[in-house]
Amino acid sequence: MNAAAASTADAPLLQVRNLHVGFRTQNGVVKALNGVDLTLHEGETVAIVGESGSGKSTTAAAIINLLPGSGQITEGEVLFQGRDLAKASPRELEDIRGRLIGYVPQDPMSNLNPVWSIGFQVEETIRANGLATGKKEVRAKAIEVLEQAGLADADQRLRQFPHQFSGGMRQRVLIGIGLAASPRLLIADEPTSALDVTVQRRILDHLATLTEDAGTAVIFITHDLGLAAERAKKLIVMYKGKIVESGPSVEILQNPQHPYTQRLIAAAPSLASRRIAFSGQELGSIEHVAANESDKVDLITAAERRVENLDAKPSESVIVVDHLTKNFKIRQGGFRSTEFTAVDDVSFSIAKGTTMALVGESGSGKSTVAKLLLKLEDATSGTITINGTDVASLKGRALLNLRSRMQPVFQDPYGTLDPLHNIGNTIAEPLKTHGVGTRNERRDRVFELLDQVSLPRVIAGRYPNELSGGQRQRVAIARALALKPEIVILDEAVSALDVLVQAQILRLLADLQGELGLTYLFITHDLAVVRVIADNVCVMQRGRIVEAATTDEVFDNPKQAYTRELLDAIPGAGIQMGV
Amino acid sequence: MSSDQKAPTVLSPDHYVAALDESPISGVDVVSLDEKPSNLYIDAWRDLRRRPMFWISSALIIFVIFVALFPGVFTNTPPNDECFLSNSLGAPTAGHPLGFTKQGCDIYSRILHGTSTSLSVGLIVIALSSITGIIMGAFAGFYGGWVDTVLSRIGDIFFSIPYILAAIVVMSVLSEHRNVWVISLAIGAFTWPSTARVLRSEILRVKNADFVTAATAIGLSRFRILVRHVLPNSIAPVIVVTTLSLAAAIVAEATLSFLGVGLPSTFMSWGNDISTAQVDIRTAPQTLIYPSLALTITVLSFILLGEALRDALDPKARALR
Amino acid sequence: MAFYILRRLLQAIPVLLGATFLIYFMVFAMPGNPALALFGERTPNPAVLAQVEARYHLDQPFIVQYLYYLGNVFRLDFGTSFSGQPIGETLLRTFPVTARLAALAILFEMIIGLAVGLWSGLRKGGVFDSVTLVISLVLISVPIFVLCFLGQFFLGYKLGWFRSTVSAGAPIQDLILPALILAFSLVAFNIRLTRSSVIETAGNDFVRTAYSKGLRRSRVIPVHILRNSLIPVTTNLGADFGILLVGATVTEGIFNVPGVGNTLYKAIVIGERPTVVSFVTVMVLLYLVVNILIDLLYAVLDPRIRYVK
Repeated sequence: MNAAAASTADAPLLQVRNLHVGFRTQNGVVKALNGVDLTLHEGETVAIVGESGSGKSTTAAAIINLLPGSGQITEGEVLFQGRDLAKASPRELEDIRGRLIGYVPQDPMSNLNPVWSIGFQVEETIRANGLATGKKEVRAKAIEVLEQAGLADADQRLRQFPHQFSGGMRQRVLIGIGLAASPRLLIADEPTSALDVTVQRRILDHLATLTEDAGTAVIFITHDLGLAAERAKKLIVMYKGKIVESGPSVEILQNPQHPYTQRLIAAAPSLASRRIAFSGQELGSIEHVAANESDKVDLITAAERRVENLDAKPSESVIVVDHLTKNFKIRQGGFRSTEFTAVDDVSFSIAKGTTMALVGESGSGKSTVAKLLLKLEDATSGTITINGTDVASLKGRALLNLRSRMQPVFQDPYGTLDPLHNIGNTIAEPLKTHGVGTRNERRDRVFELLDQVSLPRVIAGRYPNELSGGQRQRVAIARALALKPEIVILDEAVSALDVLVQAQILRLLADLQGELGLTYLFITHDLAVVRVIADNVCVMQRGRIVEAATTDEVFDNPKQAYTRELLDAIPGAGIQMGV
Repeated sequence: MSSDQKAPTVLSPDHYVAALDESPISGVDVVSLDEKPSNLYIDAWRDLRRRPMFWISSALIIFVIFVALFPGVFTNTPPNDECFLSNSLGAPTAGHPLGFTKQGCDIYSRILHGTSTSLSVGLIVIALSSITGIIMGAFAGFYGGWVDTVLSRIGDIFFSIPYILAAIVVMSVLSEHRNVWVISLAIGAFTWPSTARVLRSEILRVKNADFVTAATAIGLSRFRILVRHVLPNSIAPVIVVTTLSLAAAIVAEATLSFLGVGLPSTFMSWGNDISTAQVDIRTAPQTLIYPSLALTITVLSFILLGEALRDALDPKARALR
Repeated sequence: MAFYILRRLLQAIPVLLGATFLIYFMVFAMPGNPALALFGERTPNPAVLAQVEARYHLDQPFIVQYLYYLGNVFRLDFGTSFSGQPIGETLLRTFPVTARLAALAILFEMIIGLAVGLWSGLRKGGVFDSVTLVISLVLISVPIFVLCFLGQFFLGYKLGWFRSTVSAGAPIQDLILPALILAFSLVAFNIRLTRSSVIETAGNDFVRTAYSKGLRRSRVIPVHILRNSLIPVTTNLGADFGILLVGATVTEGIFNVPGVGNTLYKAIVIGERPTVVSFVTVMVLLYLVVNILIDLLYAVLDPRIRYVK
């Protein structure tokens, strides 16, 4: 049982007892929730944290009885104001949803119907919940709802369609819809995960103000421990369909009891960067049940090791980028086209054996820089010099030679490997293309590479769909290393991974750098990760580099307002980790 | 680190920790493999093997092919040469299980001997339209730009004429040269755009995948990327479309023959027989029904195979079941 | 929207020219004397032959011949049939009948297709769905002329519900049977498409969100599921129309409906090539126009297309 005893005399708003949820599949019922208990009082905010597959979103969906597909509550009860929602009739549920329990979904892009206007979708919510009647009144209420959600020019935007809204604006619409009927409980399922950090921060601040003012209880679901602790006083940590730890947020962060929570805290980059700021304070008993060596991932130790490595190296620039500019033609309405400058006069250099992070939000041009470096796109102007050679004019043999010295790793683990080639062939492909070695030599090299990225050798005969996201990224890294390159370009290479896996890959990258003397260009939107991996940072905004300095300088003494905004937006930045 | 553990601090009363034995934690990202390797095509085969629809349609198709190759195994009566007007529209007799046509020919034998016509037209048409469609679709989708513009417009032009209408024109003009090859050409020349379109849109989807970019970064040439990585990943829907077009081509031949612009009456063709039989539909429906049945079953077997393949090859279609 | 329409119309021009050129090419660039070919098995006297050659400008370069032909097409001047009637006039006379038949068929097809498709999509895997799947697959496999004979034989002759041929003037009640048969030849595919897009739409996040807003099922199904499923179904109407044109030729021939298809059917049977080519040309043009209209309808249904710059 959850030890959260009633702190007030009145009955709790929501009480979930021993909740079990299963999904019917061809191979029988797969359990997604295994006895979840939680209690929530009026006006309280609780955050549920967990990795993908932990059951956090399933818990949210089960509460309002909107489990996807073949999901079913198999046991337990969901008592909302004393009524068991698990056994309520569809009619009763329809009455409760929207009116008493609001819901803000995860992905703003897919949660609004593309064929109806924004106004239509807000107005139908208002009508369905009887908040207003009559054409004019409903319209007025819709404008009110949207303005409250922070959409300034709501009355002009009612007739527009979702695709004409940015992600942040759509999320505001969804928050408006969720809160339209002033529900007693709001379930927010990763409401801002798909958005840039600065937008995320503004929207969550706004959401917090709205729910506090109205005294709405909130269940906030997130994969980010820092974000959870920052946004809720109470924390629930889920793992494999169970609650492993719950209680006051700060106490859990400072004094985690369950080994899983300890692991999670050690691996969270947002918290790690705070902890580095507080002179690398160590957590008490992280290792006490770690299953094996590779699970003991503490990002701080990894960061320290990197600094040691760096001190021993001479600084000779491998990559020099000078006044690099890239324009794209964009078709405008009619037959005109305008130029869009994706990369605008960018200059930087990377010293051998170091890691340079290129940080920016979506659309900042950071990935275009990667493409230009890899010669997947041609620059409009400016030069890229790799080891003293200008790459612009390279063709044929010389270009092939350049490719062998510089390899990429991309973001999407599910797209990075050809699903029809087995792992062995995938890793061997660069060797074959460059005519390296005999068949047997290539096979040996594949095994060597698999060892380097800590994957079992049997995997060579298997196909990508049998592997997890993190394992696929390891294979991608092995493929990138096959030709023994000097430079690896990591384009959001860890962004799509769960925190623990992310930490594991970050450590692998750090180890490989130390071992092989690699130079990294690390492209990311996540400033928190930068702290634990990079030596130097360039912050990009709208195609330009707005700030370039060493990592410590950027974190301790940011010069630009934009950099400060990014730093403040790191989830968990506001938490005082026990000093 | 574990040696200097802090003294246990006092936890607040609502701090709950699950008992360790109830929530054991496993290693991070441990590799766990099924017994057998799997990818799209291996999975599709495993899926197909379990489908009765696949086995039924395959068995039917093999049977149809066998009949087309060796009609003599099933009957001794020649389809054309032993026709006696005395048997006109006659009822079934021993050795002639389906009765006789107006000319007094054995219906059973005519159906068996007509199989090869339908099948060869179907096969030639899909060979023509797949080869053309794959080349056009692959180049248009993969190379993009003006190549795409030119090839897609050509495709649009051929697609804008419903293929049976186009075949009607061609066959009317070439009335003296009607044979299996000409009718197949007439149909195939106008069916390839659908193959090209399907492949093109698949390639547009696949070519932006990171593994294609990775292959470029490795230094593979554009053409090798197309052949090694892009085509194998986009060909699955083409296989489905091709199976279904085979069925459509068989129907098209029968329709053209029925209209009188297909194969001349000297050819054994179900369409011709149905056309001849239509005047006697009230008095001797069997003359019309049996060839229709043969036609429908043959078409159905390819449709069923196409459906089974679609379900097996397209994970999205599987989710729809 | 204006830009979308303009672009769609501009795109249609090369296709239109290409398609007419292709038809012209097929007829007049084939081996042998094209003028002779026009007469089929009959041998014309030299005077008539010369007349025909002059009429089709066969003494001019190929491209000039094509331009003359194109000009004639747009003036609906297709020359005369063997019986001496202007082909253009026949076309105008028969067109309304076919339009009525086609409209009726598409109406039946859409009603049956959407209703059955929606029902099996909402109850995926149920008895109704499974039975529908089997029936659809069989229906797809039966060629249209077989379907016509089955309808004519059972519904017309055996049961006597309908007249098995259409009487003069083609009254609407006589058109019901051929229209139904045409509809049935198309409906199976429509059902399957509706079904799969209903299932796909129902799995979208915004449907779940619609429920979470407190909307009733009776509102979510038509407003958020069916409405969105209409988009792919509508897009497919264009391809349907092509099949419908061929189907109409066969159906009108068998039921003796005095429409465009029947005239084409008869022309094919007696080998009257000028009529065949003219009618096919007109059908192709019609097909192109209908497809443009459907693309515009598509833009009406899908705001993402409408507002694309």
